[in-house]
Amino acid sequence: MALERDKHIAERSLLTMNEGQLTELYRRMVLIRHFEDKTAEMYSRGKITGFCHLYAGEEAVAVGAISALYDKDYVVSTYREHGHCLAKGASPRAVMAELFGKATGLSRGHGGSMHLFDPHLRFMGGYAIVGGGLPLAAGLGFSIFYKEGPEVVCCFFGDGALPQGAFHESLNIASLWKLPVVFICENNFYGMGTLVQNAISQQDLYRFAEPYKMPGVRVDGMDVLEVYGAVTEAAARAREGDGPSLIEAITYRFRGHSMSDPAEYRSRREERIWQERDPIKNFRRKLLHDGRSTEPQLDEIEKEITAIIDDAVKFAEESPEPSLDELGKYVYVE
Amino acid sequence: MSQITYREALNQALREELDRDERVFIMGEEVGYFGGAFKVTDGLLAVYGEKRIRDTPISELTIAGAGIGAAMGGLKPIIELMTINFGLLAMDQIVNNAAKIHYMFGGNAKVPMVIRAPQGAGHQLGAQHSQSLEAYFLHCPGLRVAVPATPADAKGLLKSCIRQEDPVIFLEHESLYGVRGEVPEGEYLVPFGKAKVAREGKDVSIISYSKCLYDAIAAADALENGGIDAEVIDIRMLNPLDIDTIIESVKKTGNAIVVYEGWRTGGAGAEIAAQIYEKAFDHLDAPVERVATLDTPMPYNARLERAALPSAAQIVKVAERLV
Repeated sequence: MALERDKHIAERSLLTMNEGQLTELYRRMVLIRHFEDKTAEMYSRGKITGFCHLYAGEEAVAVGAISALYDKDYVVSTYREHGHCLAKGASPRAVMAELFGKATGLSRGHGGSMHLFDPHLRFMGGYAIVGGGLPLAAGLGFSIFYKEGPEVVCCFFGDGALPQGAFHESLNIASLWKLPVVFICENNFYGMGTLVQNAISQQDLYRFAEPYKMPGVRVDGMDVLEVYGAVTEAAARAREGDGPSLIEAITYRFRGHSMSDPAEYRSRREERIWQERDPIKNFRRKLLHDGRSTEPQLDEIEKEITAIIDDAVKFAEESPEPSLDELGKYVYVE
Repeated sequence: MSQITYREALNQALREELDRDERVFIMGEEVGYFGGAFKVTDGLLAVYGEKRIRDTPISELTIAGAGIGAAMGGLKPIIELMTINFGLLAMDQIVNNAAKIHYMFGGNAKVPMVIRAPQGAGHQLGAQHSQSLEAYFLHCPGLRVAVPATPADAKGLLKSCIRQEDPVIFLEHESLYGVRGEVPEGEYLVPFGKAKVAREGKDVSIISYSKCLYDAIAAADALENGGIDAEVIDIRMLNPLDIDTIIESVKKTGNAIVVYEGWRTGGAGAEIAAQIYEKAFDHLDAPVERVATLDTPMPYNARLERAALPSAAQIVKVAERLV
């Protein structure tokens, strides 16, 4: 039922969005994919170190969801957050510089891949403890309620967060207090290398909305318009004071859990099946099939993005390291 | 000045800060209709309403985390953890988020939040309700830690903590709520991170905080009869730690006893002793002594409990050996 309904929403989004909006969705997904591919390359060349979790394959979730928000809305994310951060509008230069650990990085080289933050864009951070962002999202929602603001909070987390207490506590409080939060579970089937069915007793993850008395829907997370439609609905509901929603987006990461994971717990056949469902390729086909864009237009976007990413890498490489004076700074507010 | 209890002093501070700043709100288990498990927030709900005095479900992790989120959203949360023992459930949010957000985001975010929590033993509450855990928070950079002993400091320090920008763990010993003392009415701020000489002396420095301060003072009184002139330092805050005041005292007396209710091993007193060795070794006439809680979970039996806890009698014995 849920799936049919949301395919309908996707079709409606396709009809109501203009060409500019549609190509912008495409552009942002391509930006993330190219950024992540380049990040992998830079990681293997030793330019980026530490833990690094790539978002390739899941682009439709971040782009669909965040495109349904207003600029003033908040986004809370996880350690796999390059995509969310870029979709919210962060400068690829500043994100790449952060991965390089440079002073010009979004978090001045103090954070790295897992701890991006941009106060101006209201990108409220990547958090590297599974489930750690959900209570913050509830708190941000409370601050909106308190100030009687019009914003909403969009909180991303993986399927691995569902067995955490923080998930259940946060959904309970958000529902109890009718906080304006859209909880988005990116179900990519694996918490690191553990299958969802080996970790969670209820595998229809959207049904965790029921005990907390909020709407729960499952959407095709490989379809940007479907995610866009579901989040538009949930955000409108939150904005009207009707409280939170839970959206389960079924998706797939094209790479391992992190750069050090060759993903040997899943078959190459399974990976191929999902690669055929590539959210970018499929959206491109749809735009062309429906005559909403043309090959040269989309190729032009690819070229433009390639230049942006090359520029971001150049910027990151040429940026200075943080000075040693920075080491003890920002422990306390000065 | 009027004589009020430690509990009333805290309540006064909360009211004044709620009046002063619209962004200040209180959130925690039983803070509203119940008036606080220890009645510190008594009467506030009727004045400030449910929006600002917010009862929560029993979800310590998310109470702390929601406080952090609210602070990042521009509010000034005061979180009450019913006791620090339950606060252990909130440790992930306190240590991994509150303490690190300013730093790991390169100064782009801050968490101006006070977490108030009662702690301490002495009422036969058994192993899970009798802990003093200040050392856990002292260990973690990014957190401020306040441990006021007197009603005046409880008020003045709480007000100062609410007005600054870092996350503060504000620990109140459960045995102190009924203690009376002179407290200035209206605006009264205790400077952040400043220790106080509670009693002047020249023979031995007894360095303490929170409830143990009273044991230290009782010990100093007893020592006076025996001709030993003890100085008592009330630290008031463990972070920032006013080590200068401590060192000045030790240089004068040549002897130091650190008294605290945390477990002896790895307690706040161990850190203070280490800093005394680093900064005043040549001035010491004897090794720094620690009087602290025995390294056991707290027993229920009253006699055993008393024996596990630091006391004025133990301080006197140690001081007599030193001087």
